[in-house]
Amino acid sequence: MSETGHKPDQDNATGGRKSAGSQPAFPMRRSLFRKNLATALLLAPAALWLVVFLVLPFVAIAIFSVGERAPEGGYQAALTFAQYANLPARATAFWNTMVLAPVGALACLLVAYPVAYYLALRAPQRWRLILLAMIVIPFWTSLLMRTYAWMYILGGRGIPALLAYVGIEDLRLINTPGAVLLGIVYGYLPLMILPIYVSLERLDRRLLEASADLGATPLSTFLGVTLRLSLPGVMTGFSLVMILLLGEYLIPTLLGGGKVFFIGNALVDLFLQSRNWPFGSAIAITLVLVSVVVLIVANRISTRLSGARRVDLI
Amino acid sequence: MRAFVVAVFAFLYLPIALVVLFSFNAGHHASEFTGFSVQWYGKALSNPFLVEALKNSLFIATTSALLAAFCGTAAALGLQRVGARTRALFDALLGAAIVVPGVVIGISTLVALVQLFAVVNPFLASVWPTDQPPRLSLGYGSIIAAHGLFSMALVTMIVGTRLASLDRNLVEASSDLYATPLTTFHSIVLPQIMPAVIAGFLLAFTFSFDDFIIAFFVAGAQTTLPIYVFASIRRGVTPEINAIATIVLAASVLLVLLAQWQLGRRKPSP
Repeated sequence: MSETGHKPDQDNATGGRKSAGSQPAFPMRRSLFRKNLATALLLAPAALWLVVFLVLPFVAIAIFSVGERAPEGGYQAALTFAQYANLPARATAFWNTMVLAPVGALACLLVAYPVAYYLALRAPQRWRLILLAMIVIPFWTSLLMRTYAWMYILGGRGIPALLAYVGIEDLRLINTPGAVLLGIVYGYLPLMILPIYVSLERLDRRLLEASADLGATPLSTFLGVTLRLSLPGVMTGFSLVMILLLGEYLIPTLLGGGKVFFIGNALVDLFLQSRNWPFGSAIAITLVLVSVVVLIVANRISTRLSGARRVDLI
Repeated sequence: MRAFVVAVFAFLYLPIALVVLFSFNAGHHASEFTGFSVQWYGKALSNPFLVEALKNSLFIATTSALLAAFCGTAAALGLQRVGARTRALFDALLGAAIVVPGVVIGISTLVALVQLFAVVNPFLASVWPTDQPPRLSLGYGSIIAAHGLFSMALVTMIVGTRLASLDRNLVEASSDLYATPLTTFHSIVLPQIMPAVIAGFLLAFTFSFDDFIIAFFVAGAQTTLPIYVFASIRRGVTPEINAIATIVLAASVLLVLLAQWQLGRRKPSP
């Protein structure tokens, strides 16, 4: 770490300090050494953390994924791709995840866009920050509790009971894909609104006026200017939500009731109940690979859309 | 469009309103409102398991967020001084720590730690002079470390962004005026990155306090608040849980307002 840090430090010491010509020349070597030592010390805790709790665990499950399940559960050393070949055994979980993650992100987007648009371009100036804060505040309460509240709303005593009053009987809402979708939109809406808001807020309003002055209808101004320029924010939000959804566990567990389950549910089952660690590891590795592919594709699309301009959320 | 936005806000706040409403329920279940009462607040705060879970969560969130704020800020500062290759390597790892799903972080940490303990514990037992050697096991330490991984990456990115826009002329001016590097750091750099560090700390705290899935895997015998709530959803929730959730909500809104006020107050001064 300090070796690689050596060169640019040297550059800094000569190139970056042009204005500081008063530096004495002889303690240079010693101060260089001290600078590198300081750099190494600054980076050491983070590096150690990343290696011990990110790289090593990942290597561990990679090794496990080519192993075998021990008779009493757990892991037995082997070199086999049997676990990967067995992936179709959890096809339903993969199918649910791969369908509901993009559909959920899309549903989220359709709800989020008008809200972000209103906040950025239509809301009165003095209300803007308050409304924005109100989007974020639900984040500060436990997602578990909020999803639990949905279990109540969608469950027997909630909406179905209300609908029974007006004559609609035996409506089943909870433990359906629809309930999971609703939970997804609910849980991830703020994450989708914020990046779109940021890209809309930066939009140069003179472009809208120019478009109208040149005779464009409001719709074609929206499609040609507003929507187009907010696409980077849309892509950021979409890929963020989609990536997080791939590993979702709580929402399908609570609102899908074991009928609509995701890869996350399969992983919890394999690690904590049936204790088939090698198979679980193979699924986990596959999940990470899928996430990486999604990220790369999303990055490609957003680079193309925005003409090589990237917008990061953080 | 306004009606739609109002509907979305109603959608966002309806479940929260229900959680708060049922915390004042007189009845025994969180599913039927039978009258107003604050008894569940008393019951919640005298339930030793619930209070223990809350304390654990507060301790874990504080410790992991503090560690993340320190190590993440240090890393962001360090990354300013290294070459492009080291930087790219760090950025890739930090990005991975943020992007890899929590469920995968949870299981891989579990797998790695169980293997590690299987090697370290017999070794400790063989070299320890007394009969009771220390035994490493899952618990506070593993939850703090696993939460801290994500949080540290988050803090590094937030503080890194702030450092990138820092006015370098001030730093140069300070060293031209013979300030030691430490003085420069303390009086120029630190005040400018402090809002980012605080924002990172708060995000890290909330993340850890709210996380269920990572803790579920690496908690061992410990219980955090989300784990307790999850278990009680399985058993059937009493308004106790609603009371705790309401207390937490009130506390966090208060904290956010306080933080906003602090940041707002700090802005005008250079």
